[in-house]
Amino acid sequence: MKHLLSVTDLDRDAATGLLDEAQRFEQALLGREVKKLPTLRGRTVMTVFFENSTRTRVSFEVAGKWMSADVINVSASSSSVSKGESLRDTALTLHAAGADALIVRHPASGAAHQIARWFAEMDEAASGYAGPGPAIINAGDGMHEHPTQALLDALTLRQRLGDLDGKRVVLVGDILHSRVARSNAFLLSTLGAEVVLVAPRTLLPVGVEAWPVRISDSLDAELPGADAVMMLRVQAERMNGGFFPSAREYSIRYGLNERRLKMLDERAVVLHPGPMLRGMEIGYTVADSPQAAVLQQVNNGVHMRMAVLFRLLVGTDEVVA
Amino acid sequence: MAVPEDRAAKSGAGEFSQRHDPQRVQAGRELLSDSDVGRTIARMAHQIIEKTALDSGDPTVARVVLIGIPTRGTTLAHRLAGRIEEFSGVRPAIGSLDITLYRDDLRSKPHRPLERTSVPEGGIEDALVVLVDDVLFSGRTVRSALDGLRDLGRPRAVQLAVLIDRGHRELPIRADYVGKNVPTARTEDISVLLREHDGRDGVYLRQEGGNE
Repeated sequence: MKHLLSVTDLDRDAATGLLDEAQRFEQALLGREVKKLPTLRGRTVMTVFFENSTRTRVSFEVAGKWMSADVINVSASSSSVSKGESLRDTALTLHAAGADALIVRHPASGAAHQIARWFAEMDEAASGYAGPGPAIINAGDGMHEHPTQALLDALTLRQRLGDLDGKRVVLVGDILHSRVARSNAFLLSTLGAEVVLVAPRTLLPVGVEAWPVRISDSLDAELPGADAVMMLRVQAERMNGGFFPSAREYSIRYGLNERRLKMLDERAVVLHPGPMLRGMEIGYTVADSPQAAVLQQVNNGVHMRMAVLFRLLVGTDEVVA
Repeated sequence: MAVPEDRAAKSGAGEFSQRHDPQRVQAGRELLSDSDVGRTIARMAHQIIEKTALDSGDPTVARVVLIGIPTRGTTLAHRLAGRIEEFSGVRPAIGSLDITLYRDDLRSKPHRPLERTSVPEGGIEDALVVLVDDVLFSGRTVRSALDGLRDLGRPRAVQLAVLIDRGHRELPIRADYVGKNVPTARTEDISVLLREHDGRDGVYLRQEGGNE
């Protein structure tokens, strides 16, 4: 595996393998005085973030640092991007500067794929750069995908529910703008779960019929049979029109409030990729209830990203027979 | 009955040997039979009791912790602990330390999945740690394990117990407890079979790759 660009690149075995490995990283770190492993010593990991982020950037940074990689954070506002440098030139610069992995967050869908393609072309043209380009990890590209988030969500669900086969996961809210929803829908169904989308019709993407999911209008109807509910943030920054009448109406129809929490089975899990808009899609007390796994998700994020960096940066491509 | 990658990693100093195929293992020369393995482990258990005085009841004697190196080292550590308890009445704590994350050859070898790491109850602080592995070869695995231990705490002392010492050290490392010394050629390979993994016990020596 050279890059991690999309969850659709992962078949069931590959995805399960990554989840197992993340679990073992958690175990390997358990009870340790020193959370620092020499595994990636001498490797350089660069996070390139063209959008703001707390969780993703920090957990990649922690993951890299716990494995002794040199982690360099590049953000659009502090780099030459603010002077008008193109994405291609920025990526090639970081390649030439010696990155072993680029963790890319970009507001445009497909940005990470595009960078991987440019590197492959450069490699083919053998234009004087030493060796193939760095491993690319898609850390969220526009409305497209966020594979490591889906993996850490799957890990959280597996820890809480056991095997995901046949489990019903309800994704609620702004599916249209949510890369988390898209990655989760595909990954969870790869892992055997049944995925249900609940959203206003205006917030469903074109082509959703082709996804491996069921679509429903009523959150109240879906809650009683759900093993997990994943609430999504309403992404106002990506909305350029009226997708729903008012925030209050959205909250009433699609928000997970205390009344709705009671409709859930008591073992059912509530997920939220963060950042949460408390009072909008999720109630104040719901977010802090024991059923909510929001902080467990963050904790898993570090182990999951360690597993991904380990998989991409360690070992030759050759498979042990 | 596949032999795991760590076996393969230990054979051949720099290069990766092909994994054992059960038929070929069968064809190898038997160094220890099923009953020999049991006897050897019992003898090592006696030696550990004698050298560590873990049954003396003296409060100044260090607590003994057996740390196995997965997968077969961990199995051996459990067996040793069982025998030690049987002979002395004291059961040492057992842990398991995967050294994958500490290897210095990660970039040049195929990807290997992590094995289980577990720190024993009470940690290893100020304990007498006995590292347990099946085969001692170049010493690089043990070096990695020493690095790994340092991150778990500061033991009072570290000793090494191996079922087979086959020589060819690349580092200044020697074992405190050895089940059997086996002089080998670099082209030869040692296979340790344990009941928990392979259905039976036994140690075999075979020519790497035959006529190839």
